[in-house]
Amino acid sequence: MVRCFLIHTVCPVTALSAAESRVLYSRLFGPDDGVVSGQHRDLSPEDRRLLQKERVAVVASQIRSAVRLSREASGRLLVETVPGDEALALQDADRGVVRLRAGDPFSEETSALWLAVQSVSFTLVCERHDNLLLAEGTLRNLARHCLEHLHMLGQGSEVLLRSNRIDALLSRLLPHGQLLFLNHRFTQSLEKEVAAYMAK
Amino acid sequence: MFSQGSESLIKQAREIQEQELQKFYSRLVKLLQAKDLGHEAVDSLQRLYLLLSVNKHSRRLPSELQKRLVLLLSSPAEHFQVLSVSVLRETLSLSDQDLSHIQENIRPLNSHAAGLLLSQARSRDNLSSLCAHILHSLEGRLSEAPAHSRTHTLPIINSILSHSPQSLTEDHVTLLSKKLVEWLRYASTMQGGGASSGGFFTGQRSRQPVPTAELDGTVCGDFFTVLCVGQGFTEDQWMNVFSFSMLRHWLLTYHCVSNGNSTADTANRLQLSLSVSHSHSNDDRSEVDGSVVSMVSATSSSSRLLPPKERLREKAFQYCQRLIEQSDRKPHKRTDAELQKACLVEAVSILDCVCVEDASLVYRTFPCVKALFGRLGSDLSYVRVFLPIAQFYLNHGEMAAVDCESVWKLVFSQCPAELFNDYFLAHELLRFLRVNLETIQQRVPQYTRSFPNLLKFLAWDSPAVVDDFVDLLPSLVTAGTAVELLHSLLDLPCLSATLLIQLSSVSLPVSEPSGRGLQQDAFRNPGFRGLFLFLLREEAGSGDTIDRLSTLHQLLAEAADWPRVLQCAQVVPVLLHIYFNTVVKVADEKLLAHLILVMLERSSLLINIPTYTAEIHRVFSCHLLNLCQLHPSLVVDQSQELLEFAGSTTNVYSREEIYTHVVWVLGEYLSVSCDSRCSVRLITSCFETLEAVLFEVTSSSPPPGTTCPAPKVVTTIMSALAKLASRSHDLIPRVSLFLSKLKTAARAGSVAWCPDEEDLVAVVTRGEELWSLLKAPGVAQSVLTPQPHVAMPQWYRDTNVSMPLQLRALTHLTHTQ
Repeated sequence: MVRCFLIHTVCPVTALSAAESRVLYSRLFGPDDGVVSGQHRDLSPEDRRLLQKERVAVVASQIRSAVRLSREASGRLLVETVPGDEALALQDADRGVVRLRAGDPFSEETSALWLAVQSVSFTLVCERHDNLLLAEGTLRNLARHCLEHLHMLGQGSEVLLRSNRIDALLSRLLPHGQLLFLNHRFTQSLEKEVAAYMAK
Repeated sequence: MFSQGSESLIKQAREIQEQELQKFYSRLVKLLQAKDLGHEAVDSLQRLYLLLSVNKHSRRLPSELQKRLVLLLSSPAEHFQVLSVSVLRETLSLSDQDLSHIQENIRPLNSHAAGLLLSQARSRDNLSSLCAHILHSLEGRLSEAPAHSRTHTLPIINSILSHSPQSLTEDHVTLLSKKLVEWLRYASTMQGGGASSGGFFTGQRSRQPVPTAELDGTVCGDFFTVLCVGQGFTEDQWMNVFSFSMLRHWLLTYHCVSNGNSTADTANRLQLSLSVSHSHSNDDRSEVDGSVVSMVSATSSSSRLLPPKERLREKAFQYCQRLIEQSDRKPHKRTDAELQKACLVEAVSILDCVCVEDASLVYRTFPCVKALFGRLGSDLSYVRVFLPIAQFYLNHGEMAAVDCESVWKLVFSQCPAELFNDYFLAHELLRFLRVNLETIQQRVPQYTRSFPNLLKFLAWDSPAVVDDFVDLLPSLVTAGTAVELLHSLLDLPCLSATLLIQLSSVSLPVSEPSGRGLQQDAFRNPGFRGLFLFLLREEAGSGDTIDRLSTLHQLLAEAADWPRVLQCAQVVPVLLHIYFNTVVKVADEKLLAHLILVMLERSSLLINIPTYTAEIHRVFSCHLLNLCQLHPSLVVDQSQELLEFAGSTTNVYSREEIYTHVVWVLGEYLSVSCDSRCSVRLITSCFETLEAVLFEVTSSSPPPGTTCPAPKVVTTIMSALAKLASRSHDLIPRVSLFLSKLKTAARAGSVAWCPDEEDLVAVVTRGEELWSLLKAPGVAQSVLTPQPHVAMPQWYRDTNVSMPLQLRALTHLTHTQ
């Protein structure tokens, strides 16, 4: 099962230190770790929420440096794209995967897949037995829909102000963190529902 | 993309005043009281979510607002379900009562509300109750009406199983296993959702059901799977997709459920299983009459008498076999081709998993996996499928007595050599190695020899995979590979540069000018080809290193500032530490002696990246010391080479760090107490070598282009000389003479080799101390070459002899007062 899906910055943000990343959207799946594992059972709900936020921040900043290093190594210049160029932006996106050791920040070892489109990264944290090939496709699909439906290539802040669209999208394409084997017909059928949701 | 506007929005949301917030709450409550909720309500709820989510600390909502939000969970409009869930998830105010209220009163429990219950569960009991509730809803026939309205239940159960398997009971497992069999194997093969073959003039009544199709467009040949397409899908076809998606995890984890609170007694369970198997009395019926029945159904045996878990295994086995068959079809869509690959990965993994559980299946499964491997050949576009296949061979190859050679060849030779720049392959392959390390070491003899190939992943993308190599490297260090591995690690930045050149030479024609022109020419030059080919070798064993390393380093001089090469150079020191810490455990003295020589030699033979050279010298120094500390006789063994190194004055300037350490180990360990072979002649010859260097260094200014030697080098040589003299008293006058000369020279004014006055004073003081110590040779020996029991006192272990310590402490106290 996928542990979480994030959208976060991979560019410098004035209010943050160089290593940090601004999380624009995050969704952790499944029950709170603290409830089921012995390790954090003593924490108050307030502290557990804080712990979750910190975990997300750790993942985001790890991916931020992974993206920076990967871009530095490849030496490719970023192509500026405008709304309407979503397909091009996706084609041009950098991608990679990072191993997150057990305890850093999740109790078990996880793999964080990232797909960086210009200044933003879409990140999917998968568990050990997840099918990463399937996860790559799912991540690409999620990113495409987010870029399109939230007009992310523009200057607006819809990713913050229309986050319910991402929730609805996730509930179709990654319900409760479950990666789905969807052929193009199943995908079309779900995308129709997504489109209906966005249109309302 | 990310704009200043978004940033200030976050700032506003964080800094909002309490008063303003309260106003906003009450306005929102009013909005939500209205009968028809419109855009404004959606907008306000979305803003409320933003307010809550960007704050690290949670806020408590007014109870009226919370009540309204809970009501929205069952709103017919999905927007409100989604928004109320996201807001409630950010608050912490839902009590146990609220949770059970939601669970009991929202019927049917929609996906969003179920997700909320899952994320807000406060205990295992909450999860158990949610699980029972959901499983209950799965009993009975699937409804026709709302399309895939129950699909979300499977991911929820899978999620609970993943995080808290104890929240499920054996009965739950039995029930769900049966359901999964039903959905996986007996989903309808006719299209759902009003698809029909009827034309414009055909009325509703005469519509014929249309069969689903394979990805290549032919009529579905056997039971329904995720690789079947149609215009629309029935509920059980959706369940088929969801069942398969969770199948591997289910098979891997369902053992972990609790047995303790299983409520049903055996009779009850028996009845249940009877009723279910009865409902499938026409078990292995052929689903589609007249169509070509695939091999899977034709060969499957009747399994309805099996217990539920075994039956599920059997059906999983059949499903995977069918997927493997179906993956051979040519799909019309590119995304479906990708799905086929993902399905192959999943199918082989599931087959592995059922075989681990039930070894008797190995013999039935192997032909299928083997045929798949044969079918894929060495088509590297299927590279990700090879890893689960390798896992299968690794787990079961021995039992089935199958030759695995070609699989290992693909995984250890071809994949890294050709696809070193595939980040995902690197990640999965290295994880495969880590997870199966012990078995691989036992069963795959070529594993350790494949390190030149595996290191390509590291050379290409060092930041991402260094973590894996931290874990894997110790397993690659053996007595047989140690020397070659050390050379390979030191030349890792060269490998990184070579891979870059190789890639760009493939992608660019010869005439094309590129940024890496010079290196490209060298790469294609037959005279240098061998050097590059050695770096790119796939297997160890063709020699530890090459003669013309310095030529190679010159050829690659321009690569010294390529970002990828620099990143690679940064990880080498870390790995060298791991290497040396491991090698002392596996190597004998002869090998360690060899490694010392390699260190001395390679300290001047490195690709010219200044920071890299300095770092490597530091690592060498640290481990030279370690090696000699563990095996002092190594110093006597290698005295000739060490002396040669210490006797060269240029090393004082070019390799200061490592030079200092060599001198120190000579002074410290060239002693009879470390090795009885240490003769007076050896001590004298060492003394004379160091004396000459010290004389040269302190009597002239440094050669042009170099800086003055650090005072540390000078004092280390002085101390080494004093130590050696204390072991062979004939030498004492010579040291004393030298030290007194030094003092006189320093008094006379500034000296060329030490421009800093403070440093000079420190050196002279050190010289005076040694000089006065050497005046009493007996004392000098016991101070400069202490016996082990003095150097590492263990009196505290024995209460009788701890007296000296007490006395010393007392003396110290009385003297200071």
